[in-house]
This record gives sequence, structure tokens and C-alpha cells, in this order.
Amino acid sequence: MKQSRSLNFILGSYVVLIFAFVFAPIIFSMIFSFNSQRFPTIPLGEFSTEWYAKVLADPDIWKAARNSLIVSCSTAVIATFLGFCTAYSDFRYNFRFKGPYLALILLPPTIPLIIMALAMLAWLSKIEMSGQLYSIIIAHSVLTAPFAMAVIRLRLNQMDPDLESAAWNLGGSEWQTMRHVIVPFCKPAIFSSLFLTAAVSFDEFAVSWFVSGLNSTLPVVVLEIVQGNIDPQVNAIGTFVFLTSMTLVVLAQLFFASRQIKGMHA
Amino acid sequence: MAAPFSQTRESPMSSKPEQRPNLYALTWRLPIIFWQLIFFVGPVLFMVAMSFFLVKNYRMTEAFEFVNWSRMLTRGFFWDSYWYTLFIATVSTICAMCIAFPAAFTLAFRASEATRRWAIFLLIIPFFTSYLVRTFSWFVILSESGVVNAVLGYVGLGPYTMLNTHFGTLVGYMTLTLPLVVILQTVTMSNIDKNLIEAAHNLGCSPLRTIWQVIIPLSKTGLIIAAIFCFILSFGDFVAPFYLGGSQEPTLPILILDTTKSGQQWPRAAVVAIMMMVTLFAIAFTGIALAYRKGKGAK
Repeated sequence: MKQSRSLNFILGSYVVLIFAFVFAPIIFSMIFSFNSQRFPTIPLGEFSTEWYAKVLADPDIWKAARNSLIVSCSTAVIATFLGFCTAYSDFRYNFRFKGPYLALILLPPTIPLIIMALAMLAWLSKIEMSGQLYSIIIAHSVLTAPFAMAVIRLRLNQMDPDLESAAWNLGGSEWQTMRHVIVPFCKPAIFSSLFLTAAVSFDEFAVSWFVSGLNSTLPVVVLEIVQGNIDPQVNAIGTFVFLTSMTLVVLAQLFFASRQIKGMHA
Repeated sequence: MAAPFSQTRESPMSSKPEQRPNLYALTWRLPIIFWQLIFFVGPVLFMVAMSFFLVKNYRMTEAFEFVNWSRMLTRGFFWDSYWYTLFIATVSTICAMCIAFPAAFTLAFRASEATRRWAIFLLIIPFFTSYLVRTFSWFVILSESGVVNAVLGYVGLGPYTMLNTHFGTLVGYMTLTLPLVVILQTVTMSNIDKNLIEAAHNLGCSPLRTIWQVIIPLSKTGLIIAAIFCFILSFGDFVAPFYLGGSQEPTLPILILDTTKSGQQWPRAAVVAIMMMVTLFAIAFTGIALAYRKGKGAK
């Protein structure tokens, strides 16, 4: 296609516009969090750390932050373990009912969260496991394991399939090969998966809200505040939530990329 | 769904489906089976069973009655909500696909490999970043005295009411879906063989015609999958219609929320949830069948 300058300019500006739309809420939330106005608008009010002071003085928010930390770290470990097991089984073996087996792990993200929330709440109440921090961890592991599986499976795709048999031929047992060949090879993907699943869990609010009972996580606290009315505290909490999950997602992507570059040399 | 992962790269030693998996194989295979049976299949099946339970004096009792189904499916408010949700999710999907297309087109064909990678890297971040806080931010930006109306005020326009309207709901849906749709469209289109586009150009095909007759047919599968994801996300989201749309016309997710949280009517909420799942599966299967149908332009 002919590259016309003005057309390229228009298309380029359009892309910038889309990015502006996508990032506007994040950037405005950060600006508003330092703004003295109760109903933020333009022109902005004075610089103020009032909302942060309020948030930091609130013991409920500290408790929610602690809950969020516990939930997202535990979820990351469980989901990554489950994802690794499944990715490896898929990579290494052919077996009957493999389709349903893969569907079992890959389906949850295609079901709306509100439905998962209702189903989880009903089931966990039934087996008397609802209303606890571990209820959220269980539900989040189901929701995030597919992401872990995808990240690790893509890494295994880059492994020379003969590598494993070579290790066996050299006298390594399957377990030794796993420990000394496969796990080291997957390490970047494992880290990537840990960060990604932690980020998803850290941000998830619908299922957490339903199953958490009194053990709110940060997004649930935000949800409860927002239901009242405009409260700029949300921007202060939101800024913290944004920075945390953005850092996690960036780290996840960096590990993902590092592995691609290494993969090319392998 | 499973397609991209199912092509096992087999080592020579495992080329036949094995007869009896050993302890090692089972160690890796079983965890997910147990976990998902207990905590994924269990909840979903229990929800189906629950739709037949009874609620007496705010307590749920196990039963097998069709009363919840008949109550919900004969009520006008359920069907109003059902058709409205289908409608608004369809509008959202069309909007997202159309708004994303020029951007994805630019990133796929007019940007360098490095720019494209950066763009996708950046778009992945909001997809995984608190949707709830981003929606609240829009709530403030779009409000009567918010940033958008303030800016419009300078040029003598407005103020416009944007919250509690379809427009507000759609802004929320776009916040949720646009990053993903742009990513999927970009990846699909950048996989098209550039020589084919060059050939179309050399044969005198105009750029617009190239888009219609070469690019869209060649990226059909990816585009349909992007649309399906967009539809599922919009159909199941309660935050945008609730906070930005004002839930004047409650969507099905809001109905589930209300029925569960305030009414304690879990069985009726389960009926709504099952209707939603059935609808989504029907649409997803139709879409996937279309996407992979052999024919002109299908890969």
C-alpha cells in the first residue's frame, strides 16, 4: 500500500487517541488523588495529600491491604503450581479425554465473573468454606490458573522435545530431569506466571465480594466506598492499586519477553 | 479454546498414547483434575441444582421444584432485562470492533515491529489493571461538573448528561474491552502475509477494497474471536451498567446481584445465571463455527 504522509498522520493520531482513552482514567485517578477538591474537575484545586492521610489512618484499609497481600501471594503460588502441572502434562503426554482435560482448566475465564461469584458463594457455603480468606484464594486460583497454564505452556513450546529424552539417555530419572532440565528451563515463565496471577487476583472484586464475608480485600473496600457516592479516598486507594498491579503486570511481561529472547538462542 | 495448546510436541518416547500412566505422569496430571472438579465443576453443577431449590423464611432448602424457573421465565422484567442485555452487549461489541479496527490496522501495517510490540506491551497493562477503579474514575470525569463538561464549557458547549445513559454504559464497556480487542485485532492482522496485500495493490485494488476483500477475510478467525471475547465481557459485566449506566434498565448481571445480595433469593439468581451461560455458549459456539468454517478466505 502507498504510504501517504497525511493518511499516516491521521492514523497515527487515531492510535494515540485510543491510548489516551485507555489510559485517561488511570492518569486522572492519580491526579485527582492529590487534588483538594471533593468533586474533582478542571481547573484543578490545590495540591493536597489529605486523601492519602485519611486512607493511611483507616485501620480497615490496612486490614484490607493485608488481606489482599495474603490472597494474591497465595493465589499466585497455587495457580502457578496448577498451571505448571497442566502445561507439562499437555506438553509431554497424549492421553484419552485430553480435550475435556484442557477445557477443565481453560474454561473459567470465559464464564462471567458475576456467575462464578454466585456459583462459588453457593458451593463454598454448602461445603462450609465460605466467608474466609482461603475462600477467596480458592476461587482466585480457579480463575487465574488458565493464565499460568498459558504462559508456561508457551514457554514449553520453545523447548527442544529431544532435550528431555537426551537427559533420560544420560541416565537421569524422570524426576531428576524435571528438576534439572524442565524446571530451570521454565523458570522465567514461572516468574512471569507468578506476577501475572498475583496481579489478576489483586484486582479481582466480584468473586471476592461474594465469597469474602467480612474479610474484605482492597478492591472490595473500593466497591463498598463507591456505592455510597463520590469519595476521593477511592482515588488514593486506586492509585496504590494501579501502581501495584501495573508493576506486577510489567514484571510479568519482562520475564515473558526475556524468555522469548533466550528462546531464540536455544 | 484448547486449540492453541493441544498440539503436543511429542518426544520420540511418548509418541503413542500410553497404556498406563506411571506415578510421575499422574503427579502432574491429577492436581488440576481434583482442584477443578471440586472448585470449578462442583460450583457450576451445584448452581444448576440450586436453581431447583426452595427458599422458605429466608432459608434455602434442597428440593426439586420448577418454581424458580417458572417465576423468572414468566416475568416481564426478566425478559426486558434479557433482551436489553443482549442488545447493549451487541452494541458494545460492534462499537469496540469498529473503534479498534483503524488502530489495529495502523499498528499491524503501518508501524514498525518495535512500535507494535510496545503498543501491545502497553495495552496489556490496563487489561489486567483494576477495572473497578478505572470505572470510578470515568464516573468522576463524566459527571455533570466533571472534566469533560468543564472542557466543553470553555468552548461554549454543554453541560451534557453522560452518566446514567447508554453512553455512560458504553464508555464503561469500552474501558473494559478496547485494550483486549485492539491487541487481538493487531496480532491477527500482523500475521497476514504482506505479499498478498502487495499483490492486491499491484493488481490495482484500492486500499479500501483491499481491506474488505483481502485483509478482513484473511483475519476472519481472529476478528471473530476478538468479537466473542468482547461480547462475553460486556454481557457479563455489572460495573459499567451499574455505576455509569445508573442501572435504570438493569442488565442480567445486575439482576443476579440484586437477587443474591438483597433478596437472598439465590435459586432465582441461579436461574438468571444459567440463562446467561446458555446464551453465551450458544453465541460462542456459533461464532467459533463461523470462524473456523472452511470457505473463501478461511485459513
